[in-house]
Amino acid sequence: MVVNMGPQHPSTHGVLRLKVRTDGEIVSDVYPVIGYLHRCFEKHAENLTYDQVIPFTDRCDYLASMNMNFGYVVAVEELMDIKVPERVEYIRIIMGELNRIASHLLALGVYGLDIGAFTPFLYMFRDRERILDMFELVCGARLLYNYMWVGGVSHDLPVDFIKNTFNFLDYFEPKVKEYNDILTYNKIFIERTADIGVLPPEVAISYGVSGPNLRASGVKWDVRRDEPYSIYDKFNFDIPVGEGKMGSVGDCWDRYWVRMREIEESCKILRQALKDIPESGDVHSMIPKKIRPPKGSVYRRTESPRGDLGYYIVSDGSPVPFRLKMRSPAFTALSVFGELSKGWMLSDIIAILGSLDIVLGEIDR
Amino acid sequence: MTFEEIKSAITAKFSDAVLENPEGEENAIYLDSRSWSKIALFLVSDKDLFFNQLECLTGMDLGSETSLEVRYNFHSMEHRHKVEIRLTVDRKDPKIPSVEQIWRMADWFEREAYDMYGIVFEGHRDMTRILCPDDWEGWPLRKDYEVQDTYHGIVVPKIKEGWE
Repeated sequence: MVVNMGPQHPSTHGVLRLKVRTDGEIVSDVYPVIGYLHRCFEKHAENLTYDQVIPFTDRCDYLASMNMNFGYVVAVEELMDIKVPERVEYIRIIMGELNRIASHLLALGVYGLDIGAFTPFLYMFRDRERILDMFELVCGARLLYNYMWVGGVSHDLPVDFIKNTFNFLDYFEPKVKEYNDILTYNKIFIERTADIGVLPPEVAISYGVSGPNLRASGVKWDVRRDEPYSIYDKFNFDIPVGEGKMGSVGDCWDRYWVRMREIEESCKILRQALKDIPESGDVHSMIPKKIRPPKGSVYRRTESPRGDLGYYIVSDGSPVPFRLKMRSPAFTALSVFGELSKGWMLSDIIAILGSLDIVLGEIDR
Repeated sequence: MTFEEIKSAITAKFSDAVLENPEGEENAIYLDSRSWSKIALFLVSDKDLFFNQLECLTGMDLGSETSLEVRYNFHSMEHRHKVEIRLTVDRKDPKIPSVEQIWRMADWFEREAYDMYGIVFEGHRDMTRILCPDDWEGWPLRKDYEVQDTYHGIVVPKIKEGWE
């Protein structure tokens, strides 16, 4: 029997349609149909100047806009050979890691919601809200920031931001234990996720799966450490990988667990960055008057909360990109979904899809 | 391995297939698309190269008078080296061998390149549009693309000249 799921379905995290072929309760094939949010970002980019593209990157992955900005500006700066001031580098890393925490909190909370645990979702949103309030103080927007510009950031940090962020970390770090108690080690949650949807590392690499999903399969690969960009090589942090604590390596629980551990690691990076950030400095000093990269091309990938976010930019020397390609991490994560869900029960499909943490805005672009 | 070593390793095996780079393009290898399936297998199976990860697959239109291009960014998780391969595709008859069964990631990325440029990847098992609707007309990311006026009776808004 073929079951149609979506395009409007509470567990598809956006507008995704799944054609599910089932044999009784067992799923034999899943065919994702995407494109409902397609607005051809890449065509838009070919008609906009380099700085006008930044707000469009926000709207791709609207849950981690800072990281989307970050990847784009790093790629353009590499193409133009710009070295940004140290304070800007620190501000970017602080914003990127705060946004990673916010994005993971949403991913984990909504994952609980998919499985049927409503309370953890509210706990995590309570804390995510505090991060969004901080972003609002910094740049005036809660979700779509347009904060990182080529060569700098749009505003310097507000007064007392560093003190407030330390206060937030003091408040937030003990909360991770609370999440673990309420969801991670919950018997029902483990029953629903452990040993479900096991993704072997070779399959993950072949499908280009990246980020937490790849690390959950036991591959110790993180762009922040292995191909450092910005000043990530200055910080000490661990790279959590899936260990198969509750089942086998690469199951849904591992993917969940890696994200939870990454929140702790992001807090570690934040503490180091907040301690070392230069007291003052002009965040606008290196912003070019006109962005006109020399002829050439660049492929740069960065670590967004969902994985390797790559920008391939081709410049013909004009103020408009000749070609801009975004390699979206959620796109590859969804492409493995068909392979991953074969042979599981219909209800496990929800658990597997949620554990991949996809954002349809970025898949469809 | 450095870029030169990778290039000479490919040239040693497939001397006819490695093409000369156009002026000003130095950081990529241009290959003849007719031998692409063999070279692709070599890239992933050779022990010293072992490009097990396809990072990115980009379709390109170099301008309405010239040809199309497909660019592959490869990375080796084991050896930590990377390379960019470029293949030229004829605009009138855009056909190129598929590598979808070697790197599974290419499955959706080739479909995307087909959707946006009309490049047909021969041997792909499901060569259909992925982001646009199946009955959409034209190839949106080509430089000479013109939007259709209506789609099922709905007027398609056009991009205005010069964003203000």
